Amino acid sequence: MSNVKSRLRKEKIAKIAMQLSGMAITGSLFFIVGTILYKGLPYLSWEMVSQSPQGGFYIGKEGGIFNAILGSLYLATVSTALATLIGIPISIYLNMYVKSGSFLERACKLLFDVLFGIPSIVYGAIAFSIMVWIGIRASLLGGIITITLLTIPIVVRTIDELLKTIPIDLQHVTFSLGSTRWETAKMFLRYIRPGIFTAILLAFGRAIGDVAGVLLTTGFSDNLPKYIDEPSATLPLAIFFQLSSPIPEVQGRAYASALVLTFIILIIVICTHLLASKQQKHKI
Amino acid sequence: MNWRLIKDKLAERSFALLLLSSVVVIFLILIGLTMKSVPLLRAESLLTVLTDSVWSPLKGNFGFLPFIMGTIWVTMISLIIAVPLCVLASVYLVEYASEALRKMVLPLMNVLAAIPPVLYGVWGVLFVVPILSDYIAPLLGVNTTGYTVFAGGIVLAVMIFPIMISIMVEVLQTIPQELKAASLSLGATKWETITKVILVKAKPGILAAIVLGVSRAFGETVAVLMVCGNIPQLPSSLFDAGYPLPALIANNFGEMMSIPLYDSALMFAALLLFVLIFGFNLLSRIILNRLEEKAQ
Repeated sequence: MSNVKSRLRKEKIAKIAMQLSGMAITGSLFFIVGTILYKGLPYLSWEMVSQSPQGGFYIGKEGGIFNAILGSLYLATVSTALATLIGIPISIYLNMYVKSGSFLERACKLLFDVLFGIPSIVYGAIAFSIMVWIGIRASLLGGIITITLLTIPIVVRTIDELLKTIPIDLQHVTFSLGSTRWETAKMFLRYIRPGIFTAILLAFGRAIGDVAGVLLTTGFSDNLPKYIDEPSATLPLAIFFQLSSPIPEVQGRAYASALVLTFIILIIVICTHLLASKQQKHKI
Repeated sequence: MNWRLIKDKLAERSFALLLLSSVVVIFLILIGLTMKSVPLLRAESLLTVLTDSVWSPLKGNFGFLPFIMGTIWVTMISLIIAVPLCVLASVYLVEYASEALRKMVLPLMNVLAAIPPVLYGVWGVLFVVPILSDYIAPLLGVNTTGYTVFAGGIVLAVMIFPIMISIMVEVLQTIPQELKAASLSLGATKWETITKVILVKAKPGILAAIVLGVSRAFGETVAVLMVCGNIPQLPSSLFDAGYPLPALIANNFGEMMSIPLYDSALMFAALLLFVLIFGFNLLSRIILNRLEEKAQ
């Protein structure tokens, strides 16, 4: 063939293009984290993370974002716990109690897949109007309910994936030995335990980073969150509000707050990764 | 009855109840959104609401076209950037890259997926917006603040990388080895095999990945809101500010109580998002489930 050279040249160009796009995509991650690190580090101080906003915090005077960190941790912990308590039984039900391959199973799994993609602003909007309707104001409770709804599909889908990896023979063996479905389910939960922690961490990461859901439902407050029926600050919202300030000092604090959130997320991701490799080792 | 069987039944009933209630909640959301949107749709027809380009709630004009166009602009820009990059990169990961490289890059995609929207927004404000206003716009002879649909599209593109890459890689891994071997043994180069065999075969899956990316882009709120200017106008170039639908809801909720129909209009926006994204997700999940069944 006469055009072999040009075909091979094309191959080379395509390969370079592919490598470049791979690098661009992977690079974007380091780029984002790098930008936040570079801008945020100069403003990060112990005061930032250990104090609540004092008078004049929003014009650049002393104080910190401890209230927001605490609020976010409360919110994410409680809603992740709730979502786990609701989500795990649902996926056990779908995998062990419902006949495998039945319409109910397929329809429900599809539904949770689809819900996984519904943006938090929709949950936030509906939760907000329900709260207005029954007359409760923006509060930690409102945020917890919204974020729980948001994270249930994550837990259900992740646990479902894990349960699917358990060999079907194991189920047959336990049944044939006379155990009930519930007893088998308990055993399976022990079997996928590292994976459950992964699911919890995934949900926690989503919960702590969400803005649109808490924007309308949780409100904002300069005080440390004490009661569940009071508005509370959250870390992502603190970043959002401080960034829209025209004062450079306050903007700098937004970068530092973003850095704090980045650290939290990175810790979660690393733990998830370690747990996931542990789960791999458990495989039969 | 045996106590163990009672426990089993008890678990079954309560789990079924949990499942039922979470499904019911979804339907309640849909019904609630629809009911809240009814007042607006009673005042104006659906067609007018969707095609009118004037948004001035004080005068009772609720034209959604600027927001719909804003959403379409940022989504299209992000797709134009992200789709080619993701297709190329995932083909590389599956066909060329070593196992070690794949094992390193895919977890990084999970990190990218775990980064909260607000951090993408911060990155957009700190990096994308200044680059656009200080370097790229002057190069093209345009004057802009940088808060444009272009900035929104770039930020969104990075946000939809992980979901598209992870699904495309999964889809490409299901392509049978025999097909590639047949093409290569006929003398095709690797690149020709990729474009004429692998990508053709993987088309439905890639499409599904793109649709999932679109629905992610449609619903993304805060990151886009922070960088795209939020002016309710019809964008006519990359360097115009836009105002996507989710940003409309996020910016105006809470202060809408005194203006008639405003609250209904915002709920209609939420309904629109819910229905569109639900539909898109449903479509791509059905395609992906089919593919998965076929692969097994």
